[in-house]
Amino acid sequence: MKTYIPNKFIVDRDPERCIQCQVCVNQCSFDANYYDAEDDEVKSREENCVGCHRCVVFCPTQALTIRKNPLDYRENFNWRPEVIEDILKQAESGAMILTGMGNDKGYRVYWDHLVLNASQVTNPSIDPLREPMELTTYLGSKPDKVELDSNNLKLKTKLAPQVKLDIPVIFAAMSYGAVSINVHESLARAATEAGTLWNTGEGGLHSKLYKYGANTIVQVASGRFGVHQNYLDAGSIVEIKIGQGAKPGIGGHLPGEKVSSEVSLTRMIPQGTDALSPAPQHDIYSIEDLAQLVYSLKEATNYEKPISVKIAAVHNSAAIASGMVRAGADIIVLDGFRGGTGATPKIIRDNVGIPIELALASVDSRLRAEGIRNRASIVVSGGIRNSGDVAKAIALGADAVYIGTAALVALGCTLCQQCHTGKCAWGICTNNLTLTKRINPDIGSRRLANLLRGWSLELKDILGGMGLNALESLRGNRLSLRGIGLTDTELKILGVKMAGD
Amino acid sequence: MSGNNTFSLKVEELSHRALNAKLREAVANGIQRIELREVYGQRYIGTDLNKPVQIEIYGTPGNDMGAFMNGPSIVVHGNVQDGSGNTMDDGVIVVHGHAGDITGLAARGGKIFIKEDVGYRVGIHMKEYGEKKPLLVIGGTAQDFLGEYMAGGTLVLLGLNLKENEGHKARFIGTGMHGGVIYLRGNVEDFQLGKEVGVVEPDDNDYTVLQSAVGEFASYFDYDAEELLKGKFLKLFPLSSRPYGRLYTH
Repeated sequence: MKTYIPNKFIVDRDPERCIQCQVCVNQCSFDANYYDAEDDEVKSREENCVGCHRCVVFCPTQALTIRKNPLDYRENFNWRPEVIEDILKQAESGAMILTGMGNDKGYRVYWDHLVLNASQVTNPSIDPLREPMELTTYLGSKPDKVELDSNNLKLKTKLAPQVKLDIPVIFAAMSYGAVSINVHESLARAATEAGTLWNTGEGGLHSKLYKYGANTIVQVASGRFGVHQNYLDAGSIVEIKIGQGAKPGIGGHLPGEKVSSEVSLTRMIPQGTDALSPAPQHDIYSIEDLAQLVYSLKEATNYEKPISVKIAAVHNSAAIASGMVRAGADIIVLDGFRGGTGATPKIIRDNVGIPIELALASVDSRLRAEGIRNRASIVVSGGIRNSGDVAKAIALGADAVYIGTAALVALGCTLCQQCHTGKCAWGICTNNLTLTKRINPDIGSRRLANLLRGWSLELKDILGGMGLNALESLRGNRLSLRGIGLTDTELKILGVKMAGD
Repeated sequence: MSGNNTFSLKVEELSHRALNAKLREAVANGIQRIELREVYGQRYIGTDLNKPVQIEIYGTPGNDMGAFMNGPSIVVHGNVQDGSGNTMDDGVIVVHGHAGDITGLAARGGKIFIKEDVGYRVGIHMKEYGEKKPLLVIGGTAQDFLGEYMAGGTLVLLGLNLKENEGHKARFIGTGMHGGVIYLRGNVEDFQLGKEVGVVEPDDNDYTVLQSAVGEFASYFDYDAEELLKGKFLKLFPLSSRPYGRLYTH
């Protein structure tokens, strides 16, 4: 069938600059650049270009420019080029449209409508260059009250297991299989260096990464891939994955071509078979069942590790979160609809779930109202872009944040949304051995650790400006936020005042 | 309270946490045989022991018995509840009675033998890798979704308590199955099977597997394996290791 789908990008190759070196040919994993031996000339197949800009960055003479194909149909606000393209794809395939990364639609980004406070005159700001600043965060259930022994002033209360973070930014769950072993190693090493955590995702933990266990969150999802006693023992937190912001209510299908021999060994399934994660966990159909798995994992790890439960942010998150805390979760993770993924049906990604800012505010408010906020830490994810977002999330009530997309961008990702194809030209979301070499863990971990260092410095500046010397003083401190351009209902849900008020 | 290498306990009103702490301690002290009497629904028995200890249970253990289990052999003189052998890795579970829902969920190794019937969603997403193959043998019949999303391992359903000409009642057997094998003794209609399942008569290789699996089952429950193997068996297998490959476009 002839495709009616026009190319999305135009590859401009400046003949004055191009030296026919073929770097662009070798770098493009989508075959958008090729060498025509007959004409002795590098040319383009623009219909294959996904706009990832790998060739642009690596062209030694800056000869390449990738532009959007304007697709100047007759102007129509409803029937935009993307809508037309999706219909054509389905008319030509009869299938669901698969895509990668998070919701890219123009829903309101609430972070951009929240501003932070600073001290002026009435209380002094603090200069983090001359005074100590504390970003330390402990994840885990906190007691209702603490008792001291009056004789020696030691703590009498037995604390639930806690995990210490030097910076409240954790690398989000991305499975081995979706991303490569080099990405996992980069994340593990950067987390170890920065005193934070990374998350295995649901594909198990490669044997060579067990040594980073103290900085590892091991995930247990519906497919139970690579879940066994040593795996549970290896991590410092065990996370039950119920849902994911990019595909709430949907299971995962890691396509067989990504199940290489190493991936199959780590997941303990045969090479080349699809790795299917069912939509629900079949031992969890209720809050009571969730409690059962939470305690099953507590028994399996002898009550020595916090158990985390991750859900996608959906309409009833606040009530669900209350149930999760009562089910014994030590950490609850909320993943907003901008959270990324290696593969999701596009219609789900773009239409299901809610923004993390609103989910966070309503969950934190609900748990406070019920007097159980201390019983679990809250970690949020789904579109955290910079340290400003982190500070705002903490002020709205989060204990820490997960970053997935931002971490991948640090490794080179340009959000071309081709994760599901397994052809990632940046070598991130692929298990093609030629491509995975493009991430060198020495350099990858450096880039990630640098990012965290930069954010950590910025967070200290933000805190100092507010006259605070510990992140704990900002946590849940919604008076440090004001809203701009929001309705009364939005302000009420976020629990913040209008700027100027 | 304990013999040479045996630890025996009347469990009665102990909480699962207290009970399992005692079991961990006993195993750490080198105990090789554990006898639990008057078990009243305590959960997670056999979890986090990680040694090939023998556990005899009299009474009714609670949900998730042997969850994430790695090594122990459990014999239950009675029925078990839901989730026995959940994500089990290695070891043996033998139940002289019925078992509830999701028995053997996501098991990745070890063996489970149930004398009577099992509940819903049993053997969902069992998986295998190389030599590591879980085995689940059920003497009676099962409810819906048996072997759903099965990715590996061997599941045998014997239907011994079915009356003459009475078929199994389960529907959606093997829905989404993409690995492993189900051997089914007794009758099922096509509509009871998942769309991703093929049906053939077992061949000689299959009977070698069945002889070993049914032989072990028979030895626990005093059956004559030869007699059991005389019944009519069907082999259910996945039509594809990639059943959902054609769902998507990019």
